[in-house]
Amino acid sequence: MAYDRKFKIGKPILEVNNISLAFGGVKAITDTSFNVLEHEVRAIIGPNGAGKSSMLNCINGIYKPQKGTVSFKGKQIPNITPNIMAQMGLSRTFQNLALFKRMSVLDNILVGRKLHTKTNFLEVALQLPKVKKEEKINRDRSEEIISFLEIEDIKDTPVGKLPYGLQKKVELGRALATDSSIILLDEPMAGMNVEEKRDMCRFILKVNDELGTTMVLIEHDMGVVMDISDRVVVLDYGKVIGDGTPDEIMANQKVIDAYLGVEH
Amino acid sequence: MKPVLMTYTRRDIINFCVLMFLGLIIIPTFISTEYWYTSILIPWLCLALATIGQQIVMGYTGQLALGAAGFMAAGAFAMFNLILRVPDLGFFGSLIVSGLIAAAFGILFGLPSLKVRGIYLMVATLASQFFIIWMIDKFGWFKNYDSSGIITAQDIVILGKPFTTPLAMYLVCLGVTAVLTLLAMNMARGSTGRNWMAVRDMDIAAESMGVSLLKTKVQAFAISAFYCGVAGALFAFCYLKSLEPVAFDIKLSFKILFMCILGGLGTINGAFIGAAFILLFPVLLNSVGNNVFHGAIDATIISSIEQVIFGLLMIIFMIYEPLGMAKLWENFKQNIKSKLSSSSIKNLKSSPLKNLKK
Repeated sequence: MAYDRKFKIGKPILEVNNISLAFGGVKAITDTSFNVLEHEVRAIIGPNGAGKSSMLNCINGIYKPQKGTVSFKGKQIPNITPNIMAQMGLSRTFQNLALFKRMSVLDNILVGRKLHTKTNFLEVALQLPKVKKEEKINRDRSEEIISFLEIEDIKDTPVGKLPYGLQKKVELGRALATDSSIILLDEPMAGMNVEEKRDMCRFILKVNDELGTTMVLIEHDMGVVMDISDRVVVLDYGKVIGDGTPDEIMANQKVIDAYLGVEH
Repeated sequence: MKPVLMTYTRRDIINFCVLMFLGLIIIPTFISTEYWYTSILIPWLCLALATIGQQIVMGYTGQLALGAAGFMAAGAFAMFNLILRVPDLGFFGSLIVSGLIAAAFGILFGLPSLKVRGIYLMVATLASQFFIIWMIDKFGWFKNYDSSGIITAQDIVILGKPFTTPLAMYLVCLGVTAVLTLLAMNMARGSTGRNWMAVRDMDIAAESMGVSLLKTKVQAFAISAFYCGVAGALFAFCYLKSLEPVAFDIKLSFKILFMCILGGLGTINGAFIGAAFILLFPVLLNSVGNNVFHGAIDATIISSIEQVIFGLLMIIFMIYEPLGMAKLWENFKQNIKSKLSSSSIKNLKSSPLKNLKK
């Protein structure tokens, strides 16, 4: 991307070193390493079953890899759990939508403010002034995100009643509300039409541009990936077969083979 | 129609305060028969309080727990022993401490929720029901070595004044229930409630947002047991006026579960509606049996009919309206509102957009 960025791409913020993950005898990921630089948009692509989502789940601590380490912000994290990663400033969305279905859009996004909520349940029960102050700050920030994502008109609707595309937006909103320095997006545009995809791309780039949030995304739409990402890593059968700028990836013979198939 | 969200706004809180104020002023002026206080209002308030406890753990946090009566027993016997052995605490002091003792049990028996869920958790929490009752029966100390099996509860004395008339006891129950309900509503609509519901709806996502599953679940169990404990103490001291472990058997746990489900999972006003329904329905059936059929139907048959109807209602609500009677009430209110707003122009002014959309 040729334009001037407010946040220049910096040092590696997230490093994945020699990760191997197997479910029983099935190897999902084999000895995979790559890194993510600060403020960049990094895409992970690959055919179905290549281990992309498993990779995100390893980074986020939902899966425990048998081998390998994950370093975040220069620190190697020994016992990764989703909670520790969230506290360190890593947020994510899920492939199959993991929203709080019976809660409103606003409440879903407010849950994302959890780490900015310091009051305990007793203080909340008594509605002390500091609770009200904190709640107001969190609500204002959530409203900001809601208007940024252009979903003001549905903010009081239970999320379970929304169409798929909007739910994906809410999930992005919830991840944004954490004010994390890095957000993992697991297929943020799956099942969307062209227009919705264009909107989503705009949001992702805008967040990256204005807040400097590092974005790691898994996506199937090659056009989108090549357009918005700074660097791309390609997985196939749990191994890295290509890593570089979109142009490099498009010229990579292994990647072309993996996607188009090759005669044996 | 717009889907209804079961959350509480400041207006609901104000409405509730008004309602409680009415309970404080209107009911004592109009109702003078003791029967209403001792047999309906007092147990209603106590059981509604216990149902709020069940709501917190089951309706809000989504942990299938069955053992509310066990925690109620813990609260009741803690109250008995505290008044007996630490008289300096006073009535409300003892009430709070007995709630805390029940909460300690809640934490202990809530720990399995970290490993098991659903019906398996229900079985695991049943242990609390049986363990607490067994413990009270086994060690005579809890009953002050009373051999008769039924202990008379001490009189309620607040600031040196006895509260022994049905009306006074009702006011005590009302006060405690009102305060605790208000606190529960505040928690439910605040960040605490959001954490509970997040764990209920999608625990992995909640964890990825920094909500600690351990802390949230254990907290919900503790608060739930606190409510049940206080409710149990009030139940024993204001309603039963005696303490016996048998009163807190598994049947009571199921009753509270029914109140919770029929009232509407994840609602606080549902706790009151559900408790009222379960308490009043048998009374209604009985009076129908007596007045319409003039005793032609045997009392045992009537109580069987009651079970059948409860069972049917449970199934119907589970399938068609999981949010229970609280949701029906909410729908009813909305219907009336929309009818009013379409007929009068005055209301159009207040929310023109809303009406246009319809």
